[in-house]
Amino acid sequence: MSEISSIQRVEFQDRVRTALNDVNLQRAMAKAKSGFVDKRLEAKSALPEFDQIRDAARDIKDHVLSNLDTYLELYEEKVIENGGHVHWARDAEEACSIIAEICKASGARTVTKGKSMVSEEMYLNPALEAVGMEVVETDLGEYIVQLAGETPSHIIAPAVHKTREQITDLFHEHHSPLGYTDRVTQREALVNEARSVLRERFVSADVGITGANFLVAETGANVIVTNEGNGDLTSSLPKVHIVTAGIEKVIPSLEDLSVLLRVLARSATGQEFSAYTSIYSGPRRPEDGEGPEAYHVVLLDNGRSSMLGGDYQSMLRCIRCGACLNHCPVYGAIGGHAYGWIYPGPMGSVLTPLLNGFDSAVDLPNACTLNGRCKEVCPVHIPLSDLLLKHRTEQHERKLTSATSRWILTAWTWLVRRPRFYQAVMAIPLWTMNRISRGSGRLRWIPFGRGWTDTRDFPVPSRKSFLRQWYSQEKGHE
Amino acid sequence: MRIGSVISILMKTHQSNSPITVGLFVTCLADLIRPQVAFAAVSLLESAQCEVRVPRGQSCCGQPALNSGDRANSIEIAKQVITEFSDVDYVVVPSGSCADTLKNKYPTLFSKDMRWARRAQKLADKTWELTKFLFEKVELKGIDAALDGVCTYHDSCTGLRELLIYEQPRELLKQVKGLRLKELKDSNVCCGFGGLFSLKYSDISTHLVSDKCTEICNSDADMVLGGDLGCLLNIAGRLRRDNKKARVFHIAEVLAGMTDGPAIGDPEESE
Repeated sequence: MSEISSIQRVEFQDRVRTALNDVNLQRAMAKAKSGFVDKRLEAKSALPEFDQIRDAARDIKDHVLSNLDTYLELYEEKVIENGGHVHWARDAEEACSIIAEICKASGARTVTKGKSMVSEEMYLNPALEAVGMEVVETDLGEYIVQLAGETPSHIIAPAVHKTREQITDLFHEHHSPLGYTDRVTQREALVNEARSVLRERFVSADVGITGANFLVAETGANVIVTNEGNGDLTSSLPKVHIVTAGIEKVIPSLEDLSVLLRVLARSATGQEFSAYTSIYSGPRRPEDGEGPEAYHVVLLDNGRSSMLGGDYQSMLRCIRCGACLNHCPVYGAIGGHAYGWIYPGPMGSVLTPLLNGFDSAVDLPNACTLNGRCKEVCPVHIPLSDLLLKHRTEQHERKLTSATSRWILTAWTWLVRRPRFYQAVMAIPLWTMNRISRGSGRLRWIPFGRGWTDTRDFPVPSRKSFLRQWYSQEKGHE
Repeated sequence: MRIGSVISILMKTHQSNSPITVGLFVTCLADLIRPQVAFAAVSLLESAQCEVRVPRGQSCCGQPALNSGDRANSIEIAKQVITEFSDVDYVVVPSGSCADTLKNKYPTLFSKDMRWARRAQKLADKTWELTKFLFEKVELKGIDAALDGVCTYHDSCTGLRELLIYEQPRELLKQVKGLRLKELKDSNVCCGFGGLFSLKYSDISTHLVSDKCTEICNSDADMVLGGDLGCLLNIAGRLRRDNKKARVFHIAEVLAGMTDGPAIGDPEESE
């Protein structure tokens, strides 16, 4: 076990180093960071009852999680009533094969996709490509990472790690063969070029796949929020619409939806509302002018049901707003890819070990300063930093941490529980450090402390500890 | 039970005229690295008419074990702290994160042991972070300290978010003559210390403390203050390595007028 963790540690630390030395990533992250934070704060300040709405949002999600079976069954009933189909997938593999079957059965060649993190979780794109489908991401950020052959580095801003120059290069490389030979560099021109390229794809697609921000049990509808409108074109133009979602996305009613929407966009991008909020509830009816002929919903479990009723259930409240990523200093430093799986930042560090196995990501819960900013901004009050600490406890109990570190903690506890002996023992390094520092006030190297002293001085300790001074000089204190 | 409560009422009546007793939880960092912080805390508490006691059987609050997920060892340390501080009216801690450990973390450790859970809760209820105690509990007025210069303040994460410490240090600093406080941009963003995190993930930690020091330098302040030595050692260590001029003090040292000597990480024969 400790072997596994040591291998992964090296991998994680390597990814971190690469990220910290990546000039483009650092430029892109520095630009994005304050934007998200400032805009959320502005939106929050403009809505005095924001915190009460957060409480209500948490309560709605908690209520659903306590009655998940009921709401899922109600939702399924309604979808069927509306003429749609519901498919239940135990894991990613099953979900992919269900979706591939639907695509094959409809004779599809081209699939357009709206942004869906759950499809990333399923590794859906390679699975569809393996059965001969051409898959086109239509969310601008997703489209960019698809062109780059990458995965999203942020759950709502997939290409946040890319600079505009990098996007210019990517577009120039991939769009030139399509006749877009001018090298465009301005933001608006880049968006327009992507829009124009993607428009053709929307029209020619056979199947459209979207995610869902919410599934409404009372109407059987799926709700998506976007800022580009790509979700609508993906949902309504192809003859088959497939919705993919985790089972925790169901909510009771449209009234609950209105509460959750009020915190979602504000927490995510600082908007009051995203540009598009679209509600779809099934295939085209005879009286409809447009819409898909078939409507499928693929509900993914993939480990979620095992989180119900346990210590980590609150994580299932997550509405994927990305606020915890935007406010996490570690995420801001290393970006999303260093986390190693599709869910980065605090929510990813909690979720990844739960969905992929505790030994799959030993570093993630530890690579956190427990500063608590994630917990502070979470719109549904997920105690993210507490859950990360819970993970650490779990790791310790499962002996996923190194034997050396566990031994050191026990030895150190033994020492601090013997205060007089501890005081006597600690006097030795205090004396030594003072000798070595020769009054400079700082040490440039300390044994076992290179992690600190490679980049920071270590302020020299006092010659004599406070407790020894207190009890020797002021005998009255004895 | 009834006799016990009668006795405790009698005790309270008896104590009403005597000064409140405060047990100082020194913290291991103040004890070993910066004793002056603890002396400053004693002086401030005494000027607020508190009778300060320093239980000898204290060392560390157990955060290294707790934050490493080692509950068994955390429980051992918690029991010792709970016992050592059982007979004072209040426990005051010159650190937000250590105060949070006593106040909010210890009570979570004894879910299977009601007796200790009660004792842990009793300790939690009387534990205060120093600036919060001085400002809210004893409403310390007439701080007799002067410091001519521009200071900026770093809000340590645990104190800020778990104990809601923000106004208290700023209000207290207003009483220091000559001190001008200039707010630090992103003062609420982590400095990258995180205890063992700073050693285990030193690359990330360094990145974060570098950002923090850049903001400190941009603020043009002569001094940076804070309420947690962990953060201050991290910040001072980075500032000294880069030969930046800003000096680093714990807020207790400033409030107690103990800023004549060298700042954290500065040479002994400072000007």
